[in-house]
Amino acid sequence: MSQAAQASVEKLQRRTLVARFWAWRYIVLRRISQFGILLLFFGTAHWGWSMGRKVPLLSGNLSASTFAGLIPLTDPFAALQIFLTGHVLKQESLIGAGIVLGVYLLLGGRVFCAWACPVNVVTDAAGWLRKQLGIQAIFQLPRSLRYFILAATLVITILSGLAAFEWVSPIGMAHREIVFGLGMGFTSLLAIFLFDLLILKNGWCGHLCPLGAFYSLIGRVGQVRVRFDKNTCTHCGECARVCPEPQVLNLKKLEERGYVYSGECSNCGRCTPICPEGSLKFDFKPMIRGHNSQADAFQRSTR
Amino acid sequence: MNVRREFLVKLAQGAALAGTGGLLWGYILRNEARAAPYALRPPGALAEDDFNAVCIKCGQCVNACPPHILKLQQAGGSLPIGMPYYEPRTGACVMCPDIPCMKVCPTGALSPRLERIEDARMGLAVIDIENCLSWKGLRCEICHRVCPIKGRAITLEAHPRQISKHAMFVPLVHSDACTGCGICEHACPTEVAAIRILPHKLVQGKIGEHYRLGWTFDTEVTKDFKPPAAPAVADAPVPKKAPGMDYLNEGGL
Repeated sequence: MSQAAQASVEKLQRRTLVARFWAWRYIVLRRISQFGILLLFFGTAHWGWSMGRKVPLLSGNLSASTFAGLIPLTDPFAALQIFLTGHVLKQESLIGAGIVLGVYLLLGGRVFCAWACPVNVVTDAAGWLRKQLGIQAIFQLPRSLRYFILAATLVITILSGLAAFEWVSPIGMAHREIVFGLGMGFTSLLAIFLFDLLILKNGWCGHLCPLGAFYSLIGRVGQVRVRFDKNTCTHCGECARVCPEPQVLNLKKLEERGYVYSGECSNCGRCTPICPEGSLKFDFKPMIRGHNSQADAFQRSTR
Repeated sequence: MNVRREFLVKLAQGAALAGTGGLLWGYILRNEARAAPYALRPPGALAEDDFNAVCIKCGQCVNACPPHILKLQQAGGSLPIGMPYYEPRTGACVMCPDIPCMKVCPTGALSPRLERIEDARMGLAVIDIENCLSWKGLRCEICHRVCPIKGRAITLEAHPRQISKHAMFVPLVHSDACTGCGICEHACPTEVAAIRILPHKLVQGKIGEHYRLGWTFDTEVTKDFKPPAAPAVADAPVPKKAPGMDYLNEGGL
């Protein structure tokens, strides 16, 4: 490790308690977002939360819902599967899928994974515990496996005439049963927790989930990205240690592009606050090039 | 040569993995869908296979149901996962005239083509005549009285019996009007309901094209054997004022 990198690591270790807590800001926001979404669904289903005169606030679940009785929201992956069974959905669903796709095209596809999906809370907990216990991997799987599972989902959907992932999705199972009542759905969460904890690091979200793979594909055009400043980076590697998808922080690609290019980045906000040099920051994609050239110019002027 | 061989082996391995995985996945799906014929779906639901494919499992119909009788099947239950159903014995469909569950369905699995709730065909009431109180000779007829389409979906038929026993009034279900709401099943007073809602597919037969009910229509042959229509007989004219005396003492004494 170079001297500069060593200095960066020490800088991180010298952080005050306040700075350490401040580094958790995105994680706290994500939990608020994830539980907030669940609460909105649950409150509407069980406590009759409504706007004005009996207009349900957020009725439905992550597969499809209606906000304020007016704005339809539909899981675009579920809509795609239903379309592949050879059925045309009602216009409402198509508009809903368009809205959701639009939001994630703007924010980055896997923003769903880190900021909305309830399973992420479980896999994050499993990942944290795994780190604390120092559990070693039994075997490895390629991270590209999820794209094959995604392809299999679509093929099986066409062949069987049933939305293949929607019928077995632990995300849907767990989410439905949090919103609509207790059942066996929690066993799927437990299975994912144990799989991630004991068998494979980031096993579900990082290797298997076809929904995450779907959002990775559309996430490539996401407009909110993590900008990388190659001038200040000391290659200390702290970002890759906290990242659940460390392959997206490939230094060569980062330097080439100036930002995290891969759609597999979920904008979870672990790396940006941990970076001791502030080299990684959330930015709006059209402005990244300008900011990076500014940083380059600044670097040249101080040299 | 070696490279090509390696590539072919890899290809075969990948195909084997995808094939076995796909078969297993397909088996799970088919097994899950196998229970579908037993489910009672909300009004306007598409035919079974289409409903299985189109329902997105969002539960908006469940939220919109005023009497809260719709449920989503939990994981590990006996019906296909995540889709709405109701059990009439514990909660019957009250047949809201505005059909709120169908209106909120985003995908069209509950089809907007259903305009009147009376046209819904959620299931069909079936009477176990061995355990029906009315068929045993008691005056029950509760199902007939609670039926929202009384007189068309459930009718009462009088079966006269021997002297000293009163006639039996037995309920009969008519599939052309029964919506399958299940209010009858909900109200049935026997320990286990003697009238129950079942999906049409499980109880309804079909005559087929090859049976012809000859007495219901005319053919070239039967037409000739029919007696000529009797000429209309004019009734004797009713006189405005009947002849004869109205009152014996008319005219005074």
